[in-house]
Amino acid sequence: MILDAKLAILADAAKYDASCASSGAAPRNSVGGRGIGSTEGSGICHSYAPDGRCISLLKILLTNFCLYDCLYCVNRVSSNVQRARFTVQEVVNLTLDFYRRNCIEGLFLSSGIIQSPDYTMELVVEVARVLREEHDFRGYIHLKTIPDASPELMQRAGCYADRLSINVELPTPQGLAALAPEKDGAAIRRSMARMAGHIADARQSRREQQGAAQVVSLPGSTRRAAAPHFAPGGQSTQMIVGADAADDRTILATSAQLYGGFRLRRVYYSAFSPIPDASRALPLAAPPMVREHRLYQADWLMRFYGFAHEEIVPARQGGMLSLDMDPKLAWAIAHPERFPVNLNTAPREMLLRVPGLGVGSVDRLLASRRVRRVRHADLSGLRVPLKKVLPFVETVDHRPGRLLDSGHLQAFFATPARPVPLAGAPAAPAPPVQASLFG
Amino acid sequence: MDDATTTATDAVTTVTLGHATDWAGFRAAARTLLQGGRPPQQVQWFTAADAAGDLFAEGSGEAGPAAADDAARAPGASFSPDAPPPASPPRVPREFLQRCERVVLHRDPGRFALMYRLLWRLAHEPGLRHDPLDPDRLRLQHLDRAVKRDMHKMRAFVRFRPVPEPDGGTLHIAWFEPDHWITEANAPFFARRFTQMRWAILTPDASVHWDGQRLHQGPAAQRSDAPPPDAGEALWLTYYRNIFNPARLKLDMMRKEMPTRYWKNLPEATLIGELAQTAQARSTRMVEAPGTVPRRRIAAGPGRAAARPAE
Repeated sequence: MILDAKLAILADAAKYDASCASSGAAPRNSVGGRGIGSTEGSGICHSYAPDGRCISLLKILLTNFCLYDCLYCVNRVSSNVQRARFTVQEVVNLTLDFYRRNCIEGLFLSSGIIQSPDYTMELVVEVARVLREEHDFRGYIHLKTIPDASPELMQRAGCYADRLSINVELPTPQGLAALAPEKDGAAIRRSMARMAGHIADARQSRREQQGAAQVVSLPGSTRRAAAPHFAPGGQSTQMIVGADAADDRTILATSAQLYGGFRLRRVYYSAFSPIPDASRALPLAAPPMVREHRLYQADWLMRFYGFAHEEIVPARQGGMLSLDMDPKLAWAIAHPERFPVNLNTAPREMLLRVPGLGVGSVDRLLASRRVRRVRHADLSGLRVPLKKVLPFVETVDHRPGRLLDSGHLQAFFATPARPVPLAGAPAAPAPPVQASLFG
Repeated sequence: MDDATTTATDAVTTVTLGHATDWAGFRAAARTLLQGGRPPQQVQWFTAADAAGDLFAEGSGEAGPAAADDAARAPGASFSPDAPPPASPPRVPREFLQRCERVVLHRDPGRFALMYRLLWRLAHEPGLRHDPLDPDRLRLQHLDRAVKRDMHKMRAFVRFRPVPEPDGGTLHIAWFEPDHWITEANAPFFARRFTQMRWAILTPDASVHWDGQRLHQGPAAQRSDAPPPDAGEALWLTYYRNIFNPARLKLDMMRKEMPTRYWKNLPEATLIGELAQTAQARSTRMVEAPGTVPRRRIAAGPGRAAARPAE
C-alpha cells in the first residue's frame, strides 16, 4: 500500500482523539544539536480543520488493526473499516517532513493493539526513540500508552515523550464494561497512578538538582548526571460524551477525581461522533457538541475559578448542565443571594464567580483597586461582555437594580444556545496563559 | 541607521526616526526629550518613510544621541547611563520597556506618541504603574497584543517548501504576509527551531535568510520569488483532509483562529471549501447507515498472531 493511502487511513483512524495540546514541555531548541525542533512554553496550532479543531501535532495511529472490540471505536476488531500499518521509519519520516515544512509541532502517536499490548507499546516507543536518538528531534512528542503494557515500557515511553496519555474512555466503570469489554478500568487507573508517580519523581529530582547547583561537589567527582526526564508535559486523558447514559454530574465528578487523584494536566471530552460502519448498540445521532462545550466550560470552572464539581450541576436539573447558557451564568442566576458583587470591595474568589469576568480581568481589577475606584467606564476598557457582567456587579456609579430578581434574569439571558467549542478548549472563560487561545 | 533627527521650535519638537521600527532611535530621542522636560503634547513623531511622503517636511536637524545599550534590559533600568544625569533619573518597569519594544513593530502611526505620553506620565504620575485600567495603558496593551498575535500566527502559518541548491543541499523557502513589521524580530524563533536547516522567509516588507550559521536580513520580496508546491506537499494535504471530522463542522471557530486573510498562503486552505460542502452529506450518511454485520478478521484474545497487515 502506498504511503499516501496509509496516511489517509491512519489519520482518519486517529481523529476521534480530541487532544492536540503541545504545551507544557520544558523549553528547548535545536541550537547546538544535530537536528531540528524546539518547544517554547505554549504550543502552536499550525492549522485548523473545518471542524474548528486545531492541528498542532501529526496525530496518527501506527496501525488501525486492533484485537479489541470497543463498540464506540472505528477501529474495533468487528468493524469493516479498511486497515493499514505504518513502519516505524515511515512515521519518523512523515514527522520530520511535516516538521520541516512548519506544518506541525511534533507527533501524537497512538495505535490499535496488535499481537499483544507489549508488542504494540514497543513499536510506539521505538518511533519516539528513533526520532530522539537517531535524529536528535527536539519537537513535541505525545504518546498514547497502553494500560496493559509492562511498567518498563511505560518508563521508556516517559523518557522520550513530553506527554503521555491513557484514555479512561467512559465516565463510569459500568459504561466501560458494557462498551469496551476487553478494557480494564482498574488497570487504566493503576497505570495513571504509576505515571503520576514517575512524573512527580522526575519533577522532584529536577528541583533538587536545581537546588543543589550551588553545592560544591566532592573532590574528584565528575559532573552531576542530568535529572531523569519523564513526560515533563504531564499526562492527560479523554472521556467520550454521549455514548453511554452517564450524566454531566457523573462526568464532572469523574474528572475531579482524575485531576485530584492523578494530577492530570487535562481531561478531554469528546462528543460521541457517528463513525462509518457503526455498531447497532450505540446512538447514531449527530454528536452532542453543545453538551461537550458546556463540559469544557465546567472543567475550566473547576480548574481556574474555584468551583467544586458538585456546585456546577444542580441536583434538581436531572444532573445535566444547561445547554442554553454557560455554567457560570447558570450558577449566578441560581444564586441571586450572592449578588451583586461589589467590584471595589469583593474578594478575588467572589470576583471570579461573576459571569463574564475572566481570570485576567479579575487580576487587573484587583491591581487597579489600589489606586482607583472602579467605575462603569473601566469595564468597557477591559473589553468584558457588559451585558453579561452588569446585572451582577456594583461599581461607584452602577447598581444592577431590579434585574437581579431571578425571574427577570432568567428571561434576560434566555437566548438560543450558540455553541463555539474549540478542540480541547472552550472559547470562554479563558485560563491564564492558555496556549490555545492563540494556537 | 538608528539616528533620529530632531527639529525643535518653541511650540513643538518634531522627531523623525530612521525607519519604521527604529526602537533605538525612539528610546534615545524619548530620553532626551523627557530629561529636557518636553511634555508629550509638544512632540510630534515621524519616521523617515512618513517624512519622504511629506512635501512640507523640514531638512534634517541634529543627529540624535547614540543608541542606548542593553542596560535598559535590567529591571527598573534608568533611561541611559551615558546621558547627563537628571535630578531624579526616570525609572520605568521592565515590563513596560519590553512591551514598547514590541509595539514599535505595530503599523499604527500613533504608536510613538502613545509610548512617549506613557513614558512622560510614568515619570510624573506615581500611581500609573499600579493602574492597569488606565486608558493609555490599555491602548498600549491592545497594540502589544496585536503584535504578539501576529508573531504567533507567523510562527504557525509560515509554510516552507524545499528547493534543491547547487551544492546538493536544500533551502526551505516560505512566502508570508504579516500584518505588522515583525519579520526580523521573529526570525530568531525560526533559527532556534530549524537550526540544522537552511531556510528563508520572504515577506512584502523584508526577507530573512538562515544559512545554518547566522541570520541575514534581505530586501522586501514578492510572492513570485517563492517556489510553487512540490510533490511532498500532497502528503500534508492528505493528512489535513483525513484528520477533519465531517460530523463536527464548525467553520466560524476555524475562521476565528485561522482568519481568511492567511488562507491565500496556506496550501491546505484550498481544501476547505470542498470539505465543508460535503460534510453534511457525509455526516448524514454515517448517521443513517444501518449498523453493519461485523466480519471479524482477527482471532479473539491476546497472544494470537494478528492478521497480516496490508502492504
